[in-house]
Amino acid sequence: MNLAYRDVRHNLGRFIITCIGLSLLLGVVLAMIGIYRGMIADALELVDTMDAQIWVVEKGTRGPFAEASRIPLDTREAIARIHGVTRTGAVTFQSIQTQTGSAKLRLYVIGYEPGELGGPRRIISGHGLTGRNFEAVVDRRTRLDPGDHIQLGRNNFTIVGTTDNAVSSGGEPAIYLSLDDAQRLQFDLSPSAIRKERARGITTSASTNTVSAVIAQISPNASDKHIVSMIQRWKHLSAMTRHQQGLILTQSVIEKARKQIGMFTGILILVSAVIIALIIHTMTMDKIKEIATLKLIGAPDRVIINLIVQQSLAMGLIGFALGGVLISNIKDIFPKRLILQPLDGLSLAGIVVIICLLASLYGVFTALRVDPAKALAG
Amino acid sequence: MQQQTPLISIQNLSKHFGEGETRVDALREVSLDIFPEQVIGLLGPSGSGKSTLLNIIGCILEPSSGILQLEGETVYDGRWLRSDLRRLRLEKIGFIFQAHNLMPFLTALENIAVVLHLAGYNTAAANKRAQELLDYLEVGNRANSYPSSLSGGEAQRIAIARALANKPKIVLADEPTAALDSERAGIVMDLLRKVAIDQQAAIVVVTHDEKIYDRLDHIFQLRDGKLHDQS
Ligand SMILES: Nc1ncnc2c1ncn2[C@@H]1O[C@H](COP(=O)(O)OP(=O)(O)OP(=O)(O)O)[C@@H](O)[C@H]1O
Ligand SMILES: [Mg+2]
Repeated sequence: MNLAYRDVRHNLGRFIITCIGLSLLLGVVLAMIGIYRGMIADALELVDTMDAQIWVVEKGTRGPFAEASRIPLDTREAIARIHGVTRTGAVTFQSIQTQTGSAKLRLYVIGYEPGELGGPRRIISGHGLTGRNFEAVVDRRTRLDPGDHIQLGRNNFTIVGTTDNAVSSGGEPAIYLSLDDAQRLQFDLSPSAIRKERARGITTSASTNTVSAVIAQISPNASDKHIVSMIQRWKHLSAMTRHQQGLILTQSVIEKARKQIGMFTGILILVSAVIIALIIHTMTMDKIKEIATLKLIGAPDRVIINLIVQQSLAMGLIGFALGGVLISNIKDIFPKRLILQPLDGLSLAGIVVIICLLASLYGVFTALRVDPAKALAG
Repeated sequence: MQQQTPLISIQNLSKHFGEGETRVDALREVSLDIFPEQVIGLLGPSGSGKSTLLNIIGCILEPSSGILQLEGETVYDGRWLRSDLRRLRLEKIGFIFQAHNLMPFLTALENIAVVLHLAGYNTAAANKRAQELLDYLEVGNRANSYPSSLSGGEAQRIAIARALANKPKIVLADEPTAALDSERAGIVMDLLRKVAIDQQAAIVVVTHDEKIYDRLDHIFQLRDGKLHDQS
């Protein structure tokens, strides 16, 4: 006869409400982990979409995502001449905020030279950039369609096509512009930069001919490490492999988010543990007389410990399961990308089991100290 | 009858609480033998040590000195001689409480079956015996009711059924009839008498209830921790 189950059935309302409360907490924990995974995937998504094995950036920077990087446009030709490099592209990156209708929209502007490396991986509607001015291809998550217009800086752009899998590490959907348009936009939006450059005596036309990075594909039998170490020796340039770029993104861009999310997750898990401990302790205190009676009629400690621990585990795992169902159902309408990985779910389930066991310790401790004579006292 | 070995045998049993200024001598040098088929009463004013004595016999309170024997087995002689006192209680002793102390989350039947499960019965056997006990106590029709929906008398009889479930040789009852009217109290006492005879058991009843005095074989009076035979 399972006493834990019978007691729960008898106090079903309270148990269900506690489970629902826990499910919200654990659902948020799952969402946090999912957001974190989503951020990593988002961060790497662009690197994957750019499809380059070599990233060339400004010397001493870890750009172009983690740090700003500016290198001359003609770097691309120098890189293209390296033996083993098959395709190259010069690209700029910039986060901007704009308006569509009444809604604010944050976009990640990617400038590239149509025909060279760095453009959208595939077009899902409309067509790619033709080379005319003021055309744009957008990630479908902008919810813009071919034919739509969007004001960026001083110019109005026409959406000619949509793509997917192009989201910045910050979660902003990408908008692809021609390199010229992107460079002009960059200077439109940062007059202070122009002023500074002018003050240093650099002409505007020269500074518009900088890009954030040059990317390159290499032939299958070329070594990316070898080419990277070669470029490293050049005076003004740094280079990294796709793998290194991925590491930089997941480490430096996400480092802060990881700490914050880790902290929130920790706090939420702690709160869940405290709630479970309090509820289990209250449930145990409510049953003190029954526990004393059980001891009096000869029930071994095992029976009493089972009663408490099973309730605690049931509460935690039901809460976890409800939370999981909840999050899986709302993850697509969630404003940020949520990636729920089975292994993360399993680890959280493991943590829930551990906190349930720890939380029930308090109740078990109280129950084991109950004097069986308490049952006799009227 | 008296030449049998006593089911409960107490020699020079003392119990005090606290030390020095705060010392309370709850029992002083109490000796007592109780035999099978006996229904004995423990009387005395409040604070005289009745519950203390009952708790010691029930092995839930450790005496300060003296000897306690149950069914001829020495259980205490300055220290507990058994480490599994709960098992001992499960096997030998049935408790009946003033408040019925049924588990509110179990049905009447389950309240009885739980003891049988602890004693090793399987579910079918436990349920069968529990139902028999309920029928024996004429509350068989309430088997599936929860304690909250039982009358005081019904609940008390189910509690008695639980105390009897494992066929204990010793039944200890603290004020079992206090919550019952005289007719119900009489039924409960008749029942305990029946158990004493059917199961060759010893029944100890702590009571203030004058209406049941005439149904007791012996009445022992406790005053200031000392025992006086009143029968
Ligand atoms: N745990 C304890 N700690 C200290 N003193 C106690 C304890 N239990 C009982 N006593 C004292 O021992 C004496 C006997 O108590 P006991 O409960 O046996 O009396 P009783 O005869 O059952 O009284 P009542 O009729 O009120 O139930 C009392 O003076 C009581 O205060
Ligand atoms: Mg008492």
